[in-house]
Amino acid sequence: MKCVAFSPQLHPTDWDGKVSDIKKKIQSVLPGGAWNPLYDTSHLPPEHSDVVIVGGGVLGLSVAYWLKRLEKRRGAIQVLVVDRDYTYSQASTVLSVGGIRQQFSLPENIQLSLFSVDFLRNINEYLAVVDDPPLDLQFNPLGYLLLASEKGAAIMENNVKVQRQEGAKVCLMSPEQLRNKFPWINTEGVALASYGLENEGWFDPWCLLQGLRRKVQSMGVRFCHGEVTRFISSSDRMETASGEEVTLKRIHEVHVKMDRSLEYQPVECAIVINAAGAWSGQIAELAGIGKGPPGTLQGTKLPVEPRKRYVYLWHCPQGPGLETPFVTDTSGTYFRREGLGNNYLGGCSPTEEEEPDPGNLEVDHDFFQDKVWPHLAQRVPAFESLKVRSAWAGYYDYNTFDQNGVVGPHPLVVNMYFATGFSGHGLQQAPAVGRAVAEMVLEGHFQTINLNPFLFSRFYLGEKVEERNII
Amino acid sequence: FLHLASSIWKWGPRDIRGLSRTVAPEGSQRKGRALLQFLADHFYDVEALREYLFRKQVLKVHQKNRSFTHIKEQYGPYIAGAYFVLKQGGAVKFQGQEWMQSNGRGRFSLDFFKFQAVPVEAVDASGCAINYQGLDNLLALKELQSLSLQRCPHVDDWCLSRLHQLAGSLQELSLAGCPQVSERGLACLHHLQKLRRLDISDLPAVSNPGLTRILVEEMLPNCEVLGADWAQGLKLGPEEQS
Repeated sequence: MKCVAFSPQLHPTDWDGKVSDIKKKIQSVLPGGAWNPLYDTSHLPPEHSDVVIVGGGVLGLSVAYWLKRLEKRRGAIQVLVVDRDYTYSQASTVLSVGGIRQQFSLPENIQLSLFSVDFLRNINEYLAVVDDPPLDLQFNPLGYLLLASEKGAAIMENNVKVQRQEGAKVCLMSPEQLRNKFPWINTEGVALASYGLENEGWFDPWCLLQGLRRKVQSMGVRFCHGEVTRFISSSDRMETASGEEVTLKRIHEVHVKMDRSLEYQPVECAIVINAAGAWSGQIAELAGIGKGPPGTLQGTKLPVEPRKRYVYLWHCPQGPGLETPFVTDTSGTYFRREGLGNNYLGGCSPTEEEEPDPGNLEVDHDFFQDKVWPHLAQRVPAFESLKVRSAWAGYYDYNTFDQNGVVGPHPLVVNMYFATGFSGHGLQQAPAVGRAVAEMVLEGHFQTINLNPFLFSRFYLGEKVEERNII
Repeated sequence: FLHLASSIWKWGPRDIRGLSRTVAPEGSQRKGRALLQFLADHFYDVEALREYLFRKQVLKVHQKNRSFTHIKEQYGPYIAGAYFVLKQGGAVKFQGQEWMQSNGRGRFSLDFFKFQAVPVEAVDASGCAINYQGLDNLLALKELQSLSLQRCPHVDDWCLSRLHQLAGSLQELSLAGCPQVSERGLACLHHLQKLRRLDISDLPAVSNPGLTRILVEEMLPNCEVLGADWAQGLKLGPEEQS
């Protein structure tokens, strides 16, 4: 309720309008009126929170878990996780195929994956909640089988050397060994294959998500079902050592809008973590990242955008048996066994020109007919007769710069930390990335795994950290 | 307060699974369990205490599965593996010797320390608390021919994925009664091409025992698979149903 101040410049006719305003206000305060100061706010997030995590998928929850686990005193940090969809209908986590491998070419990726697999193996010690049943991740430890053609054989050998140095258990196989071990493979065009013997396979991402959610709630993290619409920040102009002027921003309020209503709650916060997956780019724009002349640090956007990927489930009665690993073909097509009934899951990443429109999650079945099936049938002759049972689509939080994750603070918006952009391998690195971001927030630097090559500044400096993929 | 503390201590050092709500307790145990759950839901102290007791149980299992690097360096992998198994309460057979086991009180004679160059042929670790870490000691026994992991509560699919290191020698494997082994772990046994006998009876975590047995037989053609009768999962036909 506002008071009207007397102003000598008021025109006489204005005064009449003001009087009727005052009358309306008094009427609304009286019983039966519209003014209701004491209303239910239990659906709104709290007004203050030390850390606000935008995005409640596996990466956001992992950061929340490690923040609460690594805090120095019990209850020292108040964490709020904001997600606009509590059904996770479009979240990349639950639509993922669930594979985990150590067969990368960058040592940082291998280390992240090794720690994550350790976490998954001991998940019932990490995520134990008193009186709740232990988690069953349904992990299939069958390994990944990557096939390489003549061109990619040298790169594959190099990669396997790096993987072995980091401690991954991978072995190289020649085409004859492949035929002996997996008689259903057609080794035409394959020069070399690398097979993960331990710590690789696939698991149920929904179970991991629920386990993290349950544990994180028991540790005192607040959840809010809402959408982040605005960041209020304050800026500071500073001078660098060389005399240039830099504008540093600090976000001190996050506006969280409730679902299907205009109501919003300003949440005062100290740190914001951007774990919004495919929509991280939009969140970064809200914070003012990328608003500046191109080529400068202020003008460098977060290059993460949603890309749609299809996954198909088919049945093949004569297909490969129980020992089938997660096979990745030379053409980029992949498949794995699902369950005991001769069902298989698989797909293929489209080329840049064929990228589908990420506006919705509709499946294109012609893509399977034209692009996936021919390669599958060529590699596994038994797949010539198969029947597609179902299919779905999910988003990759695709990093258009170098397809690897972005971790750590932004150089100008000093209290926004990123944990996104993993372009399809976010789920398998989530526990380790969560720990790295928590260390960065609490200590100021990475302690266990050095993820300095994955900081935001590489987009401005142009230093790509790319995976050397095998063709 | 002492009565409360004593009731918590009574239920504390039990198996990890005993802490879960899914294990159906009977009678007075159920009342005790409900009381503990109520207290843990309403009092932070009780919750912290129960978490502490749980952590202690977990640490106990880890302590049992520590690796004996000192013995390994001094006497070799065979002695270290044998010592580990005997300490856990299992039995060990060296090549050309008789079975050795600790007596009821966990004591065993140390004269096998002279068999440094004699490989271990068979290990019977039934009912022992071996887990993923402890398996390190067994995987160093490169001439192991027979391994029995019956009723081991901590042997799960992850442990089975490590057994490929014994592929060169293992001929007999028994996993009967292991509560955490499922068909996903059994699928990794395809590395063990020398396996001749595999016992997969009574595995509660396997969803479809009959089908699993057929698939395992297809996967390991030279191996005799015991347990998990394939007719188990079949429904009776109309003429057989009475």
